[in-house]
Amino acid sequence: MTPPTPSPAAPLEVTDESVEKSITSPDSKGSESRSPGRLAWRRFKRDRTGVISACIVIFFFVIAIAAPLIAKLYGKNPYTTYASARPELLDDFSYPAGANGGMSSEFWFGIEPQLGRDVFTFLLYGIRTSLGIALAATILTCVAGIIIGVTAGYLGGRTDYFVSRIIDIVLSFPSTLFFIAFMPVVYGLFVAPDDNVPTWLIAVSLIVVLSAFGWASIARLLRGQVLGLREREFVEAAKVTGASPMRIVFKELLPNLWTPIIIQATLMLPAYVTAEAGLAFLGVGITDPTPDWGVMIGRGAQFYSQDFTFMLFPGLSMVIFVLAFNLLGDSVRDALDPKSKR
Amino acid sequence: MSTTNPLLDVSGLTKHFPIKGGFPIKRTVGAVQAVDGLDFQVAEGESLGLVGESGCGKSTTGRLITRLMEPTGGTISYRGQNITHASRRQLAPIRSEIQMIFQDPYASLNPRQTVGKIIAGPMEINDINPAGGREARVRELLEIVGLNPEHFNRFPHEFSGGQRQRIGVARALALNPKLIVADEPVSALDVSIQAQVVNLLQEVQKELGIAFVFIAHDLAIVRHFSQRVAVMYLGKIVEIADRDDLYGNPRHPYTRALLSAVPEATVDENATARERIRLTGDVPSPINPPSGCRFRTRCWKATEKCATEAPPLVQISGNKPGHLTACHYPETADVIPAQRLSQDPESAA
Ligand SMILES: Nc1ncnc2c1ncn2[C@@H]1O[C@H](COP(=O)(O)OP(=O)(O)OP(=O)(O)O)[C@@H](O)[C@H]1O
Ligand code: SF4
Ligand SMILES: [Mg+2]
Repeated sequence: MTPPTPSPAAPLEVTDESVEKSITSPDSKGSESRSPGRLAWRRFKRDRTGVISACIVIFFFVIAIAAPLIAKLYGKNPYTTYASARPELLDDFSYPAGANGGMSSEFWFGIEPQLGRDVFTFLLYGIRTSLGIALAATILTCVAGIIIGVTAGYLGGRTDYFVSRIIDIVLSFPSTLFFIAFMPVVYGLFVAPDDNVPTWLIAVSLIVVLSAFGWASIARLLRGQVLGLREREFVEAAKVTGASPMRIVFKELLPNLWTPIIIQATLMLPAYVTAEAGLAFLGVGITDPTPDWGVMIGRGAQFYSQDFTFMLFPGLSMVIFVLAFNLLGDSVRDALDPKSKR
Repeated sequence: MSTTNPLLDVSGLTKHFPIKGGFPIKRTVGAVQAVDGLDFQVAEGESLGLVGESGCGKSTTGRLITRLMEPTGGTISYRGQNITHASRRQLAPIRSEIQMIFQDPYASLNPRQTVGKIIAGPMEINDINPAGGREARVRELLEIVGLNPEHFNRFPHEFSGGQRQRIGVARALALNPKLIVADEPVSALDVSIQAQVVNLLQEVQKELGIAFVFIAHDLAIVRHFSQRVAVMYLGKIVEIADRDDLYGNPRHPYTRALLSAVPEATVDENATARERIRLTGDVPSPINPPSGCRFRTRCWKATEKCATEAPPLVQISGNKPGHLTACHYPETADVIPAQRLSQDPESAA
């Protein structure tokens, strides 16, 4: 049997055209406006991976915000060393007496070796601290990067040259090495060498230092974007009508920069979570009595051969979070910028 | 054409873009002479066509008039007020009177703003509150340019190129301007849509009495639109005349060459009688333009004199008043019978 001869390309063209029309013709669908943002949202909703990752990420943020409430309902806190009141919780070697790191209906995720703190609330509060620092650092980085990058790109000339050189210098620093060496110096500026460094100071220093090294990449990206955008005719159109530089930056340029900013921010936040944890692990970030993801992993590393459960919860939750956030970042980029197919 | 009390008076207008180079210290090593000493006037309600090949400085001229760029020399007066080096604040009162329509309908509308916002933007910036509100004015403008007024909350990407250009026209009209600089407003559009947009601009010009500086790269479009036409070559005006004089009695070799390139159907019948002139070679670089007459490298009549002496833009014998030509050896006058000059050019549209 011979298949029917395909008719000349005409029908194909017709369908193509109708598709094209439904995209471009304003009469195709009522008066509903399809803003670029809404189109991106629609593309995002169709992305299974993205939606699932978003749910996971939102879940983490919700438990971080609700940590005190959850702890209250659960009836424990991350500071009490439950084993000192009830020594039977730990065995002779100071490891949890029960199986699986002491997991029970009372201590859902088990108890900590040696001190006997509650793992569940410690993890909740740890996530809260880590996400809070990472989020604050991301926001500060973005704000600094936007202001510096957009200003350099828009003003051009000497300002741009000067800023670009600073960006080059900042980007050329080995930042991880620098954090380790530099964090104690920052603490030393405020606190006498023998005193305890207050937690708020550590947190603020972390946020500032992470941002101080992070702004350069986003500033460079936005500077490049603005250099391209400011030559576009719609900027000239605004100038012809007498728009002030402020208005041009905020009303004409910035709305066109949200895409790269959001993409950068979604890549930055998980990087900051791991960086913050890494610094805590290395002992230059948040330190022990304060619950923190990195502190917990650091503690877990001490006991993992005897009590793997204690390492498992913070480690696994962080892997899940960072993975989900990175997948979310990819989906956000695909949705906002459909042309950038990887 | 009245040159007694012009709306816009440009004299000696010059724009040289510095070329930076050198190592390690950057310095100016030369200049792109994009616009080099333009003189022209635009009367109220008049449309001046500005024609020339790519790169001859038309867009630069448009941007100088609208003061998107700072001239390096010459003066620009608007209604007798010198605006050559006026700051943004000093320009504010007349910003609403000089508007611009851009070449690229895709780049000239902010993709993140609705049409309503784009058109209302100029009113917002200049703090103009029309009776009935800005939204009503936006609808009215959309109607004027032939778009559905209900589409004010749509985004540019939902419109076709021709529709976008209409949005650009609406934005330019939003402030009730007296002068619109249209920089090749239709050259990015389909040929079939070009006529529609030109007709729209023509209506706007006639009904609202707006003066135009209409930039184009060929003489065909300008013919239907402009009462007066200036031909540019490498940053200089080589010929400027009333439409009928220019098309009927072109005196500069370059004008003649451009005219012979215009498709026959848009030029009157006796164009066939005209010899077809093919311009050979490229436009020389504006960084290092030819000495004397800038057209001499491509001119078939060039002599020693053309290389040494720049021809002034003057009224040469046989020209009507207001018809100025910059050539040492102009083409012979009156090749076209006089009765054809009065022919209505719109019939060709
Ligand atoms: N910002 C700038 N810096 C340096 N050179 C420039 C700049 N703008 C324009 N030029 C140069 O000035 C000359 C004239 O440019 P212009 O854009 O005015 O030409 P045009 O007549 O509008 O051409 P087209 O028909 O291609 O639009 C060109 O040689 C161009 O390279
Ligand atoms: S001046 Fe000489 S070179 Fe220039 S256009 Fe006239 S004849 Fe040609
Ligand atoms: Mg141009």
